[in-house]
Amino acid sequence: MSLIDSISLPRNIRLPRVDGLVPWIVPLAIIAIWQIACVTGFVPTRVLPAPSDVALAGWKLLLSGELVRNIWVSFWRASIGFLIGGSIGFAFGLANGLSQLSAKLTDTTLQMVRNVPHLALIPLVILWFGIDESAKLFLVALGVFFPIYLNTLHGIRTVDPQLIEMGRIYGMTDGELFRRVIFPGALPSIFVGIRFALGIMWLTLIVAETIAASSGLGYMAMQAREFMLIDVVVLSILIYALLGKLADSASRVLERLTLSWHPAFQKR
Amino acid sequence: MIRNTGNHTQTALRTSLPETELASRANFAPHARVVREERPAQITGLPLSIRGLRKSFGDNEVLRGIDLHIPAGQFVAIVGKSGCGKSTLLRLIAGLEKIDAGSISFGQDFQPRDIQPEDIRVMFQEPRLLPWARVLANVEVGLGRDRASKYAHARAEKALTEVGLADKRDQWPSVLSGGQKQRVALGRALVSRPRVLAFDEPLGALDALTRISMQRLLERVWRDQGFTAILVTHDVAEAVALADRVLVIEEGRIAHDLVVNAGRPRQRGSAELAGLEGSILSHLLSADDRT
Ligand SMILES: Nc1ncnc2c1ncn2[C@@H]1O[C@H](COP(=O)(O)OP(=O)(O)OP(=O)(O)O)[C@@H](O)[C@H]1O
Ligand SMILES: [Mg+2]
Repeated sequence: MSLIDSISLPRNIRLPRVDGLVPWIVPLAIIAIWQIACVTGFVPTRVLPAPSDVALAGWKLLLSGELVRNIWVSFWRASIGFLIGGSIGFAFGLANGLSQLSAKLTDTTLQMVRNVPHLALIPLVILWFGIDESAKLFLVALGVFFPIYLNTLHGIRTVDPQLIEMGRIYGMTDGELFRRVIFPGALPSIFVGIRFALGIMWLTLIVAETIAASSGLGYMAMQAREFMLIDVVVLSILIYALLGKLADSASRVLERLTLSWHPAFQKR
Repeated sequence: MIRNTGNHTQTALRTSLPETELASRANFAPHARVVREERPAQITGLPLSIRGLRKSFGDNEVLRGIDLHIPAGQFVAIVGKSGCGKSTLLRLIAGLEKIDAGSISFGQDFQPRDIQPEDIRVMFQEPRLLPWARVLANVEVGLGRDRASKYAHARAEKALTEVGLADKRDQWPSVLSGGQKQRVALGRALVSRPRVLAFDEPLGALDALTRISMQRLLERVWRDQGFTAILVTHDVAEAVALADRVLVIEEGRIAHDLVVNAGRPRQRGSAELAGLEGSILSHLLSADDRT
């Protein structure tokens, strides 16, 4: 009986607007359960504040301007650090992918440095830079450098040699060959690097800001911990998660735009 | 039309040709007339002379002295067993490998001419299209240095129309079928109006039906444009269906040089072609037995 029922159900009737909401069902359900658990006292609010309390704390901080200021500071550090580390990594990836000499000269060194976890450098970085902005930027840039470097290099090295030969046969100059064949061919891999780097970027920043900072989201969370403001602590964590998701979505949009030729990104 | 191969060229070459070459060349002259009638009015192709061409990779002597003259606009097929050096010969002609000894010259023997890179095009078994460029842009790549000219679009569109894919101009290569991709590759090779077009098993990866329609297309564009065509193929039936002349390579040399004098358009599977195909196959197989 039930088998027949499930087969005869009209499957392809789908409301398109509902479709877009599906990924949000689980997070919303979790928040709802969380709220209920707190209100009924199942979870003591000293351990975990109710979502409504977190929202309220966020609203207060928003009104005082503190929230916006801290988010802005963190966002600024993340982007500048990402830009610096990312462009250096990209430049090295290009150079070592395109030139044997450059690869011989620097690749081994870079591979060795890569094996040092960059967060292990925090004590040294504090000694060097204090808790200055440059300390955070340095750490973020260092963390972002490697995924971008490695994936750019890998992307360039794995461009189909038959296509490169084709480009040469058809008289492409070096510049044209790079622009028309090598770079587009390396792009999917570069995007993998960017997505990795974005994750590392937030991770580095959270750690750096909680340890050595006088502003930013991590600092806000640490301050709140001192005053036992657990709702603000949870708020900071949630904002970090949200910003991470935002960065990831932005890179996905960019990917979709530039890789529209790729079978994986074509609408079926 | 065969006028391009002036008498002195022929005599000059004869002295350097092996026995078998001479025999088939003697055959060639009377049949030439038949072929001529099927030819387009203008032949834009370049004649090609290869002298004592040698090529080895390390200890592996692949080509051990190839002597060959191809008159302008001729359609030549090259067959031979796998690994005998067909692709190597083609790559040498296209300038993709360095010559060890001997020479390859285009144009008349006594007045070798400078050729432009756009004059010689190669088509491979793989279409080698840029996946990130639309079909039309892929064809434009074939224009070489003229890519930037304002006629690039128009010329590419014309080439696409010639290969029957004008309606696919804005598609990504990934949505095309194997045969369509190969047609785009052909359009890209044709767009610069080459004078020599070399094919390295261009239809090797296609199914039987697509193959036949591609063969017809190749024959049609060759007749329309009059380039010199050099086709490497595994398929002896394809060789005799398309070519004016079939070369069999064995042990690094041209072992047989056969003229196909069936008129065009050719009747696929006709007794004449089948007989020729059979004799080429028996050459190939007897060579195989000897080794
Ligand atoms: N770049 C290279 N380096 C070393 N050896 C090579 C190279 N290219 C070809 N060869 C060798 O030269 C010989 C002839 O190769 P080639 O590709 O010309 O054969 P082919 O006749 O085209 O064979 P097939 O019909 O299988 O395509 C082979 O033994 C091959 O191993
Ligand atoms: Mg080959």
